[in-house]
Amino acid sequence: MNLIQKARMKSPWVLHFNAGSCNGCDIEILSCLTPVYDIERFGAVNVGNPKHADVLLVTGPVNRRNERVLRNLYEQMLDPKIVVAVGTCASSGGVFHNCYNCLGGVDKVIPVDVYVPGCAAKPETIIEGVILGLEKLAKMPAKARPGRQEAKAESAEAER
Amino acid sequence: MSEATNVPFGPQHPVLPEPIQLRISLEDENVLQALPALGYVHRGIEKAGELNDFQQNVFLVERVCGICSSIHALAYCLAVESAMGLEVPKRADYLRVVWMELHRIHSHLLYLGLLAEAFGFESVFMEFWRIRERVMDLLEMTAGNRVIISVCTIGGVRRDIDAEQAKTIREELPKVREEAKRLVDTLLGDYTVKRRTVGKGVIPAQAALELGAVGPTLRGSGVAQDMRMAGYAAYSELQFRPVTFADGDTYARTAVRAHEVFQSMDLVLAALENLPEGELAVKFKGRPEGAALARVEAPRGELIYMVVGNGTKNLERMRVRVPTYANIPALLSVLPGCEFADVPVVTLSIDPCISCTER
Repeated sequence: MNLIQKARMKSPWVLHFNAGSCNGCDIEILSCLTPVYDIERFGAVNVGNPKHADVLLVTGPVNRRNERVLRNLYEQMLDPKIVVAVGTCASSGGVFHNCYNCLGGVDKVIPVDVYVPGCAAKPETIIEGVILGLEKLAKMPAKARPGRQEAKAESAEAER
Repeated sequence: MSEATNVPFGPQHPVLPEPIQLRISLEDENVLQALPALGYVHRGIEKAGELNDFQQNVFLVERVCGICSSIHALAYCLAVESAMGLEVPKRADYLRVVWMELHRIHSHLLYLGLLAEAFGFESVFMEFWRIRERVMDLLEMTAGNRVIISVCTIGGVRRDIDAEQAKTIREELPKVREEAKRLVDTLLGDYTVKRRTVGKGVIPAQAALELGAVGPTLRGSGVAQDMRMAGYAAYSELQFRPVTFADGDTYARTAVRAHEVFQSMDLVLAALENLPEGELAVKFKGRPEGAALARVEAPRGELIYMVVGNGTKNLERMRVRVPTYANIPALLSVLPGCEFADVPVVTLSIDPCISCTER
């Protein structure tokens, strides 16, 4: 593990996107930042800028309107990066499985590294999900991962 | 005079926990016009409510919104119960009040924290969320989950609060109250906070009524309207007076919510004090037939559920009318004329819940 990889493990910056969630998981992600769970002790910071982020936390089943926004955010994040799908509906569509506007999970749009179960996912589970993701991130080389080019081509097509 | 600049505010914005976009036209620093662009969280729950069994719907409607989830379930259950002519046991009514008010406390503490963060008081945000966690612990202890507690069912409640749990709540709430009081006094008495909130986004009482505002947004304009006064569940038997502030600005709306935290604590304690013995839920046969309406007070305002049954296990129609949807016209009426830096604070002051709005 070189110095850059080591530094990355010590302070993962997190970007959170709500892709049509009910808010339950989102307030639990915010709870992670607060004194009781305090993910900042692991060096994790919640940022608003995708270019600064290493970890993308996505909640919600993804609908037809925010699909493009989610893809866009994922594209803007620099490699290496990990995607954590938080909550049952982000993992599989969950209770929204038969809703006409839902795509049924984050992995229908972008590649997902860790699935965090729970409705709503508890802060402890979310923290564990991020840490599992970091173990994956540690093994990643600092170059574009497979699948990224395809996602880009697809979104270019959608744009047209 | 310069030309108008258009700024997209959202859908992914650090101050908003949820995706909503406001398209804002600016002239220098002043907002000329704000137009909402919705649909980022639309899932199609009303349609799914027709596809599911009417008993499964309780779990679906809880996921309309995660912050006031149990109140959605309560409104749905009240509507179906009235369509089926069910009489809910007294104990269930009181237990429903306990959980609904605990939910309101956590929702309002969440709002107060987010508002503090919106104008840069991160330590106040942390403090509010720290004491909110103790309310979440009470919810987890009594219901088994933190956010989505699934306590309501058609005909009553699914869980009981035993004597020991009631004792813990009785001991814990006064402590939370003390800490909340200290924080609320700091927040509402602070010079900087007043500079950011007093006189910002003023909705006069008449305009609030005409635009159909509900909940703390309406009560912050001095109109004493609260659906709990209608006396659903056990509210008719508990002492209760709506909190109102007359000024109609961001500060007044915040003050309403802060005082409702204490009022809700009183209601929880009173409901536990008067908790009658008896059944938790009534057993029923049959399926809903005909239309029924239920109106309840969610943390953000009046919530209406209408169900139309046709005697089969599926509903003919389920309609949800949520508080934020009613408050958006009032918000859009006050944004023009605001400074751009005030837009996040004023937007947050109606406590928008987008996943409710778009269902």
